[in-house]
Amino acid sequence: MTTTLWLPTPAASARRRSRSVIPGFGLTMGFTILYLSLIVLIPLAGVFFKAAGLGWQGLWDVVSSARVLAALKLSFGAALIGAGINAVFGPLVAWVVVRYEFPGKRVLDAIIDLPFALPTAVAGIALTSLYAGNGWIGQYLEPMGIKVAFTPLGVIVACTFIGLPFVVRTLQPVLEDAEKEFEEAAASLGADRWQTITRVILPAILPALLTGFALAFARAVGEYGSIIFIAGNLPMISEIAPLLIIIKLEEFDYGGATAVAATMLVLSFALLLAINLLQAWTRRRHGGRS
Amino acid sequence: MDIQIRKVQKHFGDFTALDGVDLDIASGELIALLGPSGSGKTTLLRVIAGLEFQDHGQILFGGEDVADRAVRERRIGFVFQNYALFRHLSVFENVAFGLRVRKRSERPGESLIRERVLALLDLVQLGGLERRFPAQLSGGQRQRVALARALAIEPRVLLLDEPFGALDARVRKDLRQWLRELHRKTGYTTIFVTHDQEEALELADRVVIMNRGAIEQIGSVDEVYEQPTTPFVFDFLGGTNILPIELRDRRALLGGTEIAGLRDSIRPNGPADLYVRPGDLRLTEGHLPGFEVQVQGVQRTGPIVRVVATYDAARDPLVIELPHLHHDVPRFKPGARLRLRLMQFSVYPRHEPRPPRAPVTQPVLIGRERKRERLG
Repeated sequence: MTTTLWLPTPAASARRRSRSVIPGFGLTMGFTILYLSLIVLIPLAGVFFKAAGLGWQGLWDVVSSARVLAALKLSFGAALIGAGINAVFGPLVAWVVVRYEFPGKRVLDAIIDLPFALPTAVAGIALTSLYAGNGWIGQYLEPMGIKVAFTPLGVIVACTFIGLPFVVRTLQPVLEDAEKEFEEAAASLGADRWQTITRVILPAILPALLTGFALAFARAVGEYGSIIFIAGNLPMISEIAPLLIIIKLEEFDYGGATAVAATMLVLSFALLLAINLLQAWTRRRHGGRS
Repeated sequence: MDIQIRKVQKHFGDFTALDGVDLDIASGELIALLGPSGSGKTTLLRVIAGLEFQDHGQILFGGEDVADRAVRERRIGFVFQNYALFRHLSVFENVAFGLRVRKRSERPGESLIRERVLALLDLVQLGGLERRFPAQLSGGQRQRVALARALAIEPRVLLLDEPFGALDARVRKDLRQWLRELHRKTGYTTIFVTHDQEEALELADRVVIMNRGAIEQIGSVDEVYEQPTTPFVFDFLGGTNILPIELRDRRALLGGTEIAGLRDSIRPNGPADLYVRPGDLRLTEGHLPGFEVQVQGVQRTGPIVRVVATYDAARDPLVIELPHLHHDVPRFKPGARLRLRLMQFSVYPRHEPRPPRAPVTQPVLIGRERKRERLG
């Protein structure tokens, strides 16, 4: 007789896993990977493949050129600032919509979604005509020495505009969930309004706020339509990276265009991953689930 | 801290939640606000806390009118029905919250906070769990964290909203005992809201029974149970049989036969309702006042035997409850004709319509058989 050491083979453990109350893991996971590949991974891989044609040196030359660097800096900088502004004021909007009852609440609620629905070019033209030197808002800002349209500031305005619904809509369900009782409990323990907000409400919504921030940021980095109208697109000053890609394409510089695209991809992925990790960390720290 | 409540009224739109409530609570008392849902008990608790404000009337804490004081200035310990523990804070930080938000000049030092919090956690028997998060605790443990958090600010009064509502029956029983003990140890004036009469009767020094925004009766457990002043109170505190009787010269007549005598006759002669608990009906012999019934069914539920019997085919059947070891139990056989007497009852003038009846499917064990005779 030989003693056989029984080891759980992958097949055996897979069979055990499949005895779950929610079956179909294999099928759905397979479909998920196929779908992701077709829709996301293969097109993106194409970008890298094309960019790789330049070689490391060629890639570096494109990316490190002053104009590309300036465009990348503007795109990511403005997107971060825009998302940051929304992360401050978005919660306020969400708060008002969730907590208070007032006439016109439904209308306000619908207006929040407009940046989602509006064709981006329409938004861009509207913003430009508002903020131009002779526009409704621009005419008052101009004398104060603040130029919005056709400057990096305009890019930030557009990024803020399109990012708002992302923050508000991710926060809304969380705020609805954060019962009034928590505020009442804090007040009964002697906390004032500010302490209640900073110690009770903000920590509770922080993970959702990070999600909203990440979504608003991602949208703003990729935004094209609404920005190019208000930005003015001066090279080195108010030219965003997506526009630069188009310009390179129009010059038949496919390698250059994909090099910029690949760089944006890597940077965006790195930032989103960082935000996701931060989110997982806050969630763990706050013992949300055990 | 003694609390006086004077003519407090509260309306929510057209709904009158509190309709002129007067209540005096002595320092150190353990009071239960008992009533069905919608009776105003939770509103009263929240008005005392300052989470709602009364439209009229006064709330006095130790003689001082607190009308203008917001909840955070009243120094009350409030335990919410769902505990409202801060999910992002550990047990330790939850309990320390009330100390940490104090003004810098009044805030105790870090070591003092630590000492206080750990002492409180020991008091609520959660020593060693201070690093856990609320999501990692059982319902009973969360309840005790909520209590420790409320006690940390050394409240002038402890208010508990349905403190055991979300717990299962067994934990509830243990916690009740434990809360009674905690109250004895700490001596805080405590008011708790409940819709469970058993809970109120077991825990409280005095019970305030509320109905439709008003107080029906205030009294010790014995008083409200033995001398319910209104049919509502009688009905709410346990199983009830209602017999339509005729009062004549201190005698209660059911269908023309005397079923009991009254010690005094405050009630005028005429039709009345006699309320008797299922546990207050016993067998008797022919020569004593009583009435005949026919047994319809017998059912044992735990330590109690419930008998359903009719005295008049046209009327609702009666429910009789006996301890399962009672010597009369074998005589209750379906179809048997037996003679019952009333050991304790209340008589109220007939009024229409009758108060909503507590479902008879909830047997309530009311303790030992009382020898004492107390007639309405």
